[in-house]
Amino acid sequence: MSKKILLEHINVPGIETLEVYRSKGGYSSVEKALKTMTQDAIVEEVKKSGLRGRGGAGFPTGMKWSFLAKPEGVARYLVCNADESEPGTFKDRYLMEKIPHLLIEGMITSSFALGANTSYIYVRGEYFYIIKILEKAIDDAYKAGLLGKNILGTDYSLDLHVQAGAGAYICGEETALLESLEGKRGNPRIKPPFPAIAGLYACPTIVNNVETLAAVPSIVNNGGEWYAGIGIGRSTGTKLISASGHINKPGVYEIEMGITVEDFIYSDEYCGGIKNGKKLKAVVAGGSSVPILPADLILTTANGEKRLMSYESLADGGFASGTMLGSGGFIVMDETTSIVENLYTFARFYHHESCGQCSPCREGTAWMEKILHKIKDGHGTLADVDLLWEIQSKIEGNTICPLGDAAAWPVASAIRHFKAEFEDYVKNPSSISKVKHYHNMNNLATA
Amino acid sequence: MANITIDGQTIEVADGTTILQAARMIGPEVAPPTMCYYSKLKTSGGYCRTCLVEVSKGSEKDPRPMPKLVASCRTAVMDGMEVKNITSAKVIEARKSVVEFLLINHPLDCPICDQAGECHLQDLGYEHGSAKTRTDFERRTFEKIDIGPKIQLHMTRCILCFRCVKVAEQITDGRVHGVMNRGDVSEISTYIEQAIDNDFSGNIIDVCPVGALTDKTFRFKSRVWFTKPMNAHRNCDKCSGKAVIWYKGDDVARVTGRKDQWGEVEEFICNTCRFDKKLTSDWTIEGPKEISHQSVISANHYPANMVKPRELTLNNIKPITLIAGEIK
Repeated sequence: MSKKILLEHINVPGIETLEVYRSKGGYSSVEKALKTMTQDAIVEEVKKSGLRGRGGAGFPTGMKWSFLAKPEGVARYLVCNADESEPGTFKDRYLMEKIPHLLIEGMITSSFALGANTSYIYVRGEYFYIIKILEKAIDDAYKAGLLGKNILGTDYSLDLHVQAGAGAYICGEETALLESLEGKRGNPRIKPPFPAIAGLYACPTIVNNVETLAAVPSIVNNGGEWYAGIGIGRSTGTKLISASGHINKPGVYEIEMGITVEDFIYSDEYCGGIKNGKKLKAVVAGGSSVPILPADLILTTANGEKRLMSYESLADGGFASGTMLGSGGFIVMDETTSIVENLYTFARFYHHESCGQCSPCREGTAWMEKILHKIKDGHGTLADVDLLWEIQSKIEGNTICPLGDAAAWPVASAIRHFKAEFEDYVKNPSSISKVKHYHNMNNLATA
Repeated sequence: MANITIDGQTIEVADGTTILQAARMIGPEVAPPTMCYYSKLKTSGGYCRTCLVEVSKGSEKDPRPMPKLVASCRTAVMDGMEVKNITSAKVIEARKSVVEFLLINHPLDCPICDQAGECHLQDLGYEHGSAKTRTDFERRTFEKIDIGPKIQLHMTRCILCFRCVKVAEQITDGRVHGVMNRGDVSEISTYIEQAIDNDFSGNIIDVCPVGALTDKTFRFKSRVWFTKPMNAHRNCDKCSGKAVIWYKGDDVARVTGRKDQWGEVEEFICNTCRFDKKLTSDWTIEGPKEISHQSVISANHYPANMVKPRELTLNNIKPITLIAGEIK
């Protein structure tokens, strides 16, 4: 069994309640932080831990915290990004549903470290039942004196609010999230200024992912060096992986960073191998926006080394032969999967979720979807495939927020690694019906 | 103060100046084109991505180049910064693709569009676009909407520059004008077609870079190059009263704000001046408005020997400004 930090007590009955959570050592980091540590000392521990943002970008959390501006007399905010909408990612939902107090504990400790007296959890609108769970947990924490005025008898006060999103992927982008939280249309802001300087209500703000904040209690309890000792290289600690697709055991797994991808896919502890004894075709390793990799490249790097589940190893080879750990949405596809159909689904998603502010993303995502629609229905041409490549290259890097990149990368990687399949769709449209089976019920009935 | 070099030309500007403003100070030959930025409107810019430039040197302190192209309208200068605009192949490529993106859903109905001749998208297309389209998908279309009795919104032509939204926010009171929906079906709208009832609402026509917002008192009255613009003013208790009146024959066909060489109005004018003062006797005429030689509006106003068409095709020469002639 590998190291468990976040999910250590996940199977304890009643762990979602405050009593059971506290009986397992819950909220000890609040006690320790508020009573024995200074704010800077906590930030220092988080820096030492090497914890990196778990929302997808992997930016060092301690460094992000140290950027927070601290002007006199201006409020500071901590906002938890629980707008988990990346297709293939469902780890935050699992955490909040099963062990909500871990997030709340992380938020109290982190808010204290940052000097925030009001904090928010911005939850994806579709997670309406989780909002109830969180609100109940927050209520209980208030009653136990863990939130509100003078927490645990100290000078520190914190109010924690839950805010529901309204169903927009773009609100997971931190500045769009802040706009939405302020009650405006959820459009990403143009940076600079970054939220650490001017965020929520133009005050210094830190936005962190659920999983990032949930890792803070263990770092405060055990020290940054302890956390840095787990994992491999600069990928410290454990990571939640949302495993889905054609595997025997889909679900959320906590892994110590550094296990091999092969192990993760085939060992019984994790995914348990490919369903129905089929062969592995491709993997999207970190949520729908990261580049898709074919079986050989996901298992071994271009240099022939075993690929590991870590930020560095998955990114090895750049985008030519690598991908990203992203948010840990691990989508496995077997040999029956159509890459073109899958890409069309992704493209449709990004088209639907583009906010429409900047022209390359607004027009480009729609254009890519239309071309892919054409190709997957057998009406495409070889020029369409080249055009698709052109369009994605003109969206990437030219947009206000990373949604443009997120829409471009899947297209680029699918063409890079599976161009033959696209050409097959163009040249042999009659063969297409064969690979449509998994979602087209009419075809199944007549087959 | 900061020293910034754009396409090899150096200028010293105040801290906080954007790259675009610095480029405009140097001159039109290095100034990136803009479709959404409007210096008179706060927080405008950053959306259209036509003004993307390459920062080849970040600053004196940190000379690393910036990894991505940046929107020059929203990026502040740093001392020692070096910027490539038209000297960067990457920028030219990106700009070409932005034009292509903007035109995917633009109807290209220039022959029946009132904006033709003074349309920024036309200028941008001529200068930076390619001659052929690579898309044959159906374009999105919308029904025309009246915004009050004098303004028409034809969303089909809109490129979503958000300038009119900023006008509604910043110049008129009681904002009822904004964006609905998202992505490529985003729609500028006065919510549930509520009319903007405000003395300065007409300025959304002036800031619109394309023919999406048009003056109903002028629609289909004349091609803009058949009209002759005059600077004029009147005593107005609401605005400065400084405007341009556009003559067709002896009649004032329309009234607009005074636009500078970047196509931005110098001062916003009120609806009374714009829509209701259409008699020569309403105005004190100052003289003909300067119209860029490159503009089609100047076409019929000059003796033939003054126009040198061959020069007009070169992007790198400074536009020669002449005075519009033939005052009646």
